[in-house]
Amino acid sequence: MARLTGVEVQIEEPGEATTWSRRDFLSLTAWGGVLAFLSTISVAFLRFMFPRVLFEPSPRFNAGSPETYQPGTVDTRFKQSQRVWIVRYEEGSFFAMLAICTHLGCTPNWIPADRKYKCPCHGSGYYMSGFNYEGPAPRPMDRVQIALGPDGNLLVDKSILYSMRPGVDPDEQYPDSLLKV
Amino acid sequence: MFERLKNIKKTILESQVWRSMFRHDYADTPRNRTLQIMSNVWMHLHPPKIRRHAIRVRFTWCMGGITFLLFLVLTVTGVVLMFYYRPVAEYAYADMKYLQFDVPFGMLVRNMHRWAAHGMVITVWLHMFRVFMTGSYKSPREFNWIVGVILLTLTLLLSFTGYLLPWDQLSIWAVTVGTNMARATPLLGHEGPFAQVVGVTPRYDARAFLLGGTIVGPPTLLRFYVLHCIFLPILASVLMIVHFWRIRKDGGISGPL
Repeated sequence: MARLTGVEVQIEEPGEATTWSRRDFLSLTAWGGVLAFLSTISVAFLRFMFPRVLFEPSPRFNAGSPETYQPGTVDTRFKQSQRVWIVRYEEGSFFAMLAICTHLGCTPNWIPADRKYKCPCHGSGYYMSGFNYEGPAPRPMDRVQIALGPDGNLLVDKSILYSMRPGVDPDEQYPDSLLKV
Repeated sequence: MFERLKNIKKTILESQVWRSMFRHDYADTPRNRTLQIMSNVWMHLHPPKIRRHAIRVRFTWCMGGITFLLFLVLTVTGVVLMFYYRPVAEYAYADMKYLQFDVPFGMLVRNMHRWAAHGMVITVWLHMFRVFMTGSYKSPREFNWIVGVILLTLTLLLSFTGYLLPWDQLSIWAVTVGTNMARATPLLGHEGPFAQVVGVTPRYDARAFLLGGTIVGPPTLLRFYVLHCIFLPILASVLMIVHFWRIRKDGGISGPL
């Protein structure tokens, strides 16, 4: 600006030491405002896309009284409706396991005679604990949370998942997945 | 009689209404050719002159052009289908069947949409193959190659989102399998690497963002419908404008450099 006003006039040329010119300040403020606005609505939109209420079947279900489960058995009564086995070890503790083969997601069957789960699709086999020992399954089957409700019934929550790593015994990976009664 | 018709024609051609729309005549001169384009609403769609080699079908296969034609067919038939289709779980499948079996020409429109969709996926790949084999991705066209890759992705996403809309077993399970892949997204998927670090859960991760829940349900249908009919087509159209503009700025269709 100083250059345009005349030859002699030395209007305060912004010194090297001074910080921003008025133009820089306004420009940066405006762009900062635009950026703040856009990032705020971006975050808001992201949150907007996750509704608070889901109109879906509840992931929790009541699995009945613990006494109805025999020790040393795999119970299939909730397999059809919930795709969950309720397993009770000889010593009495429970765990709930998703009937989803870790190979490609088929539904295995519990074979009481062989005491193993066998997947009909590609022949993956699992021990009672869910530990994989034959076929293409890469890791043990996943468990979900099972707890004892205030009324003494077993409560299963499929939204709390115990995702198994390969090669480690499921009971050692997630001691929390076992319910001692 | 003939004289009268000529006079009528002259009156029309010299009227302000006509001249406000068409500002030059049609004598085949280079100037008029250029004006036809430069003063035209479709200015950037087609160049004023096409070089002979540009229409050599054995070189270009016209695959980009056919892809664009199919996109236009899909847009028109898609909008027509929207007059009957409702993206609601209770109605979607019935509306699709209604279109097929009762709406006059409904079967024709639905099948045009379906086959054009299949065709577009094929032609877009062939177009990419041709561009690759003729080396047309090289500088200065590398930017347009990237735009093309994004357009290819958008075409596949359009195809995928549209696949859910009939709301039958095939589409529901296809989308179940497809979106299950999002579980394994690094950082953003609850079964992907670093999921624990980020703290994503099945309820709040990339897959839930796509599905609007944890299963393929009514919210997913609505979400995919909006993506399919609004978001993706607009995005693809914008990129197509850039794509075509870049073709002309970077040496024209199949122009040597």
